Formats: sequence, structure tokens, C-alpha cells
Amino acid sequence: MTITFLIDALVTIIGITTPILLAASGELVVEKSGVINLGVEGMMLVGTIAGFAVTFETGNPWLGILVATLAGAAAATIFAVLVLSLGANQVATGLALTIFGIGLSSLIGSNYVGIAIDPLESPFPDVLATDSFWRVIFGHSPFVYFAIILVLAIGWFINKTRAGLVLRAIGENDLSAHSIGYPVIAIRYAAVAFGGAIAGIAGADFSMVISPLWAEQMTAGRGWIALALVVFAGWRAGRLLAGAYFFGVLMALELYAKASGHAIFPSQFWAAMPYLIAVIVLALISSRDGKDGKAPACLGKPFIPNG
Amino acid sequence: MSVTPRLELIDVSKRFPGVLANDRVSLSVKPGEIHALLGENGAGKSTLVKMIYGIQSPDSGSILWEGQEVRIPHPRAARRLGVGMVFQHFSLFEAMDVLENIALGLDSAVSRKQLDAEIRLVMEKYGLKLDPRRQISTLSVGERQRIEIVRALLLNPRLLIMDEPTSVLTPQEVEDLFKTLRRLASEGCSILYISHKLHEIVELCERATILRGGKVVATCDPRKETARSMGEMMIGSDLREPARGQVSVEGPVRLSVNRLSLPKPDDFGVALDEISFQVKGGEIFGIAGVAGNGQNELLEALCGEHLSDEADTIQVDGSSVGRSGPSDRRKLGLCSVPEERNGHAAIGAFSLSDNAILTARSRMGFETKGFINKTGADGFAANVIKTFAVKTLGPASLAGSLSGGNLQKFVMGREIMQAPGVLVVSQPTWGVDAGSAAFIHQALIDLAAQGSAVVVISQDLDELLRLCDRLSVINLGKLSSPRPVGEVSVQELGLLMGGSHGTPTVDAGGPHAASA
Repeated sequence: MTITFLIDALVTIIGITTPILLAASGELVVEKSGVINLGVEGMMLVGTIAGFAVTFETGNPWLGILVATLAGAAAATIFAVLVLSLGANQVATGLALTIFGIGLSSLIGSNYVGIAIDPLESPFPDVLATDSFWRVIFGHSPFVYFAIILVLAIGWFINKTRAGLVLRAIGENDLSAHSIGYPVIAIRYAAVAFGGAIAGIAGADFSMVISPLWAEQMTAGRGWIALALVVFAGWRAGRLLAGAYFFGVLMALELYAKASGHAIFPSQFWAAMPYLIAVIVLALISSRDGKDGKAPACLGKPFIPNG
Repeated sequence: MSVTPRLELIDVSKRFPGVLANDRVSLSVKPGEIHALLGENGAGKSTLVKMIYGIQSPDSGSILWEGQEVRIPHPRAARRLGVGMVFQHFSLFEAMDVLENIALGLDSAVSRKQLDAEIRLVMEKYGLKLDPRRQISTLSVGERQRIEIVRALLLNPRLLIMDEPTSVLTPQEVEDLFKTLRRLASEGCSILYISHKLHEIVELCERATILRGGKVVATCDPRKETARSMGEMMIGSDLREPARGQVSVEGPVRLSVNRLSLPKPDDFGVALDEISFQVKGGEIFGIAGVAGNGQNELLEALCGEHLSDEADTIQVDGSSVGRSGPSDRRKLGLCSVPEERNGHAAIGAFSLSDNAILTARSRMGFETKGFINKTGADGFAANVIKTFAVKTLGPASLAGSLSGGNLQKFVMGREIMQAPGVLVVSQPTWGVDAGSAAFIHQALIDLAAQGSAVVVISQDLDELLRLCDRLSVINLGKLSSPRPVGEVSVQELGLLMGGSHGTPTVDAGGPHAASA
């Protein structure tokens, strides 16, 4: 009984953590390059509808994921053009991108309201995936495994490869990187597009696994959690992984409170928890101004080459 | 038969919107030659070397490398040819270690271990001392420059460009640098040495090309010239040395600082440690030191941006002001000009007249019952512009639109024309052309002659030795005891400034480890 409950809980936590882990991993790369894209929520929503619609129309979930990836990257590229080429303010443009994503996904999704698709299932054989115990490891959607591999790969990329070093250098001091001869703008474009692509995949996870029944704004603010998570993790991949599951536990408490009905506080309280914690953590971190976990020095600043 | 020059520029021109930065510039550098590129700020030196290093490309003219015409579209192409560059504003990454910084300057991936070995080899060969594992933010300016040099040397350059390399070094560090450069030149590496410090060029270089207004105005052999003659070629007119009349420093003590201590303001700051000195009316007191040893903290403590715990640590004409803010101190006659002119001394997006209101409102009466006297401020700003020969359209011009030297003249003028009893200035001629610098020096001398006490904080020893009556050195937040200028040698000052910074290489706990 208790072990079944524990396994249920773990499977739930891992499932709901995955989209924020994905989106935050993508945003980590973006922010390491010195750009802050507050449009994560919007790019995720573009991914939700792209993944859902393509899967519904073609019956091929893999094509759905591919299109969601491209759609996320395309949305991010709009942001990149405005911010990197035209020098628009990053914060304002990111917020606009979120609003754009909400509107676009609702518009395209208006034909799909109430329609359901088959959720994407575990890539492992049923014997393992539905086993009462082993499903804790093998019973997840492909998104889960992808997210964990991705965050580890990003950590390795940033810290161990030369390309990662260049990425960090550009986020740390864009003028120096420029004078040594690195193409600052081109690398930032690539980072922003990558972040968008991963946010698109995170969105597809929502509409294809977590709630495969179309509803507007199904990401429900998780893009903001992903943004907070990057700061929470101090711009480090390892802590990002741990922090994501911490938020996952908080979000699972809400589901549990809703389902059981006998939690001490109403479920709305638990629903508010992750956001509340995010705010508190962010306030603590910024007041502490800690040595470990410093933001890239050029974060959010436009790149103006001095000749 | 003459040797093929390593680098030759023929009629190179570069135009920016509104300015012709380089106008048909020609110069040639022989193998193994240390060639000076001399000129005032804005003469086009930086633009010229940026074209050689591939950061910018010329509009017309040609660049010849060992006799072959070449195009240098980006820095990588320059490095491939064998051009290395040490930037004036270092191109370093604070949050990374020395190894990572050097790796970023190379064009191919090298393992950390291998790079570490290569760096140690180069350092040993050229007598450069550096710990490859240290993080940049913990290093002194001299050490930072060594990183840039090592980074350039790892590529075995055949031409090394040094952009104003000595402006932040102690005299001993300059010595060490010159040794390294001579050694390099003796091995056949050409060096293009940019500076406006004339005596250095006389000491180091074999040939000099002098730029003025984007054009080559002269080529000479510095060993046969004097600093003065080259200075005149550089500014195109007689260099007027500021005249310090016979002064008798017998006035009353106007500024007294008594055991002033302050904790460090942030992680990168320096704590002030029991600083005491007194300045009399009519006296110019100099504070020397390598950047980042507490100069900014001291200026902020003196002008009132940071308050001390006790009021009597700072006294102006006998009143204790240690607990008073900047406005109250100004009312008592303590005015100041910080190092950073745009953003600290003046607001770039404000007009000159508004900037005048910011610091002169109470002393000059531009504020009554909360209302601003705009006409008065305009008149005052116009007066500053006229008296200090600031090149601008008028009081309505934005501060940010002025060149560095002109804005510096304006902010200096703004304070001096308030007739302060005590004036504290930091780096009064940093990045200012020689003509304006002479003007600012004269204005400080005149102010002292009128009975004010003047404190000059500067990293430029020449400036202090020329200007001041007495001198102290600030090192790690401590002030040495003041000495009359005539009685102290440059060598002594250099040792007080911390000698060659970072000499103990691997010993991270060395005496200067915390100096950055």
C-alpha cells in the first residue's frame, strides 16, 4: 500500500517536473550567453499547440515533437531579431513574446478545444513500463529521459568543451569576446534559438503527455517557474536538476491535496506554493548576492561593439 | 638593400560618420623594431591598430605583410599572420581563471594540462610570473596585463601591438615589461608600441610615427628627440608646461583626516585602514598608488558618499563632517571630482546646465525653496564653458555628447568655479589629451594659489611629481606617511606602491594577493 503510494508519487513528481526541467535547461544556455528571454512561457505554449495539432492531424507524435521544436525555435528567433539585431529591450520583448505565445496558441487551438489525443507512452517494453515497481524507472514518457540526458549534456557542454567556454565568455564580457574575435551576435542567436527549441519540446510534453486534452494556457505559468529555477540553480546545470525536482515535489503536493481532499490547507494554497517559494528564493538569493551562483555579467545588456 | 618591412601600411584611410579617423596613413615596421605610435587621444591610433588586428577594415589603402598585400577581415586572420595584440582595456573575463582566459585567445582547442605546460614555458622564457589557476578577479592590474602578454606570446607573434600598456603599472612593473619587450625584439619580433608617455618612448623605441587628427605628421628617431620636442609634434603647437609659481605653504590646515577607517563596501572593494593626513590652504597634496588599492573608497569617504562612524575623522576648516552627506560637505566648501566622469561626476543624458545644478546648486544659489534657478545655472555653465575652453555648443548640450577631455574640463571647471575651500580630485587627466591636461593642471595650481587645499589622487606619477607639494602612496587601503615631493625618488615611490605586483607566483597568500 505505502510502497504503491510512494511509486505513484514519484512517477507523478517526475512527470510534472520534466517540462520545467526542459525549459529551464534551454533558458540556462540562453542566459549563459548573456541574453535573458522572459518569453519561456510563450514559447512553451507555441510548442503545446504545435505538438498537439500536428500529432492530432497526422497521428504521428514524433512529427508533432519535431514541429513543436521548430515552432519554439521560430518564436525565439523573432525575439532574437528584435533584441539582438534591432537592439530592443530584452525584458519588454520577452514579456511581449509570452503574450504573443498565449494569443497564438489560443487562436490556433480554438478548433481543438475538448479534443483528446493518445498520450505518448514509455519507450520501454510493457513488461518493464507497467511493472508495479519498475515503472518508477521505465514507466515514463520519452520526454523524461530526454530531459535528464539533456541537462547533463548541457552541464558537460558548458564546463568541459571549448564551445561552452566561448559561450560563457560571451555572457561574461561581450566586448572582450568581440575584440578577441568571437562572433557575439551569431552565437547569441544560436543560443536563443536553442532555448526556444527546448521550450517548444517542453510545451509538447504538456499537450502530448501531461494533459493530452487541449485546453488554453495549459502550461499555467510553469514557464515562469522555469525562469526562476535558472536563478535558483545559480546558473549551474547540476543544481538545476536538483532544483527542478524540488519544485516538482511542491507541485505534486497540490495534486495530492486536490485528490485526497483532507490536506490541512486547501489545494489552492499548495498550488500557490511553488510560486511563493520561487519568489522567496529569488529574494533571498538576490539579497545574499552570493559568490557561488553569480549571474553572467552581461545578462540582459545589449551588445554595443565599440568599433 | 633594405630589409623587407614586417608590416607596411600605405595610404590607409578610415571614415566614421562625421570623422575621418585615419587620413592616408602610411607607416612601416621593420623586423625586430620597437616602433612607437604616438598621438593625442582621438588622433586615430586605436583605429589604426584595430585595422591591423582585423577588428575594423580600412576604407581604402593597403596593408602589406612582409611585402605581400593582405586583407585582414577578422582578428583570427591577424593572428594567423602572426599579429598579437595586448589591449589597453584588457579583454579578460573576470569570473574565469587564467587558463580559461588564455584558452579563449587561442584559435584551437588545447587541453588544460598541455596549455598549463605551454604557459609555464613561455613565462619562464620571458620572466613573466603568473599562477595559471588563479581567478582573474583576484589579480592585480599588472598581473592581468601579463595574462594578455602571455596569451599573445603563445602564438609566437612576429608583430606585437601594445596599446598604452603602462598606464596602470608601477615603475618596477614598467621596468619588467620593458625587459620583456626588448628581449622579444632581440628575437626578431616587431613591436608596435602605442603611448602618449613621451619619456617611455624615448627610452624604449627606435622609431616613432606621430599622428595628429588622423594624419601622420612626423616620423622620427625618439633617441634623437626629447620628450618635449615630440610632445610638440604631437599636439602641433608649443607645449605649455603648467607653471607652478613660488609657493609658500604656510596657510591654515583646511582639510584634516584623522584615523579614517572604513570596511570594504563590497567583495571587490578595499577597506580603508586608519588613514590620516592634513592639507593646508595653498597646498597640493598627492596620493599615488596602483589602481584598486583604495583610491575610489578614499574619494567616496572624503566627498561623503560613504559616511564614517565618527564625525571628527574628517574635518573641513575645523568643522567635523565625517557624518555629513555630500551636500552638507559642499556647503562647507569640500568639493570633489570622482574618477569616472560620465556616470559619476556627470550624468550623460543631462544637459551641462543641469549637471551644473547637481553639484553647484547650494554654493551658487541655484535652488530656493525647492525651485531651481535655471537662468542662473545656464549662466554658470556658460561661464565654465568659456573659462575652461570646453569645446561644446553651449549649456544645453548633453554631457554625454562631449569628448572625454572636454567633459573632464567641464566637471573640473564646475567644481573649481565654486571656489571650494577644499577640492578632492581623482585621476584629473585620465585619458585626457596633453593640451587639456596642461590646462587642468594649471587650473588646480591656480586654485591652490588662491588659498584652497587641493588633494589629487592619481596613478600617474609624473603628474603628481609635477603638481604636488607633498605626496603619499596608498597601498591596500593604507596611506604611507606624506613626503615632500623634492625629497622622494621614483624608485622609493614604486616600492611603496607595492613594487612588482604578484612576484610570489604560486604563493596565493603573498603580500599582494588581496590587492585586486
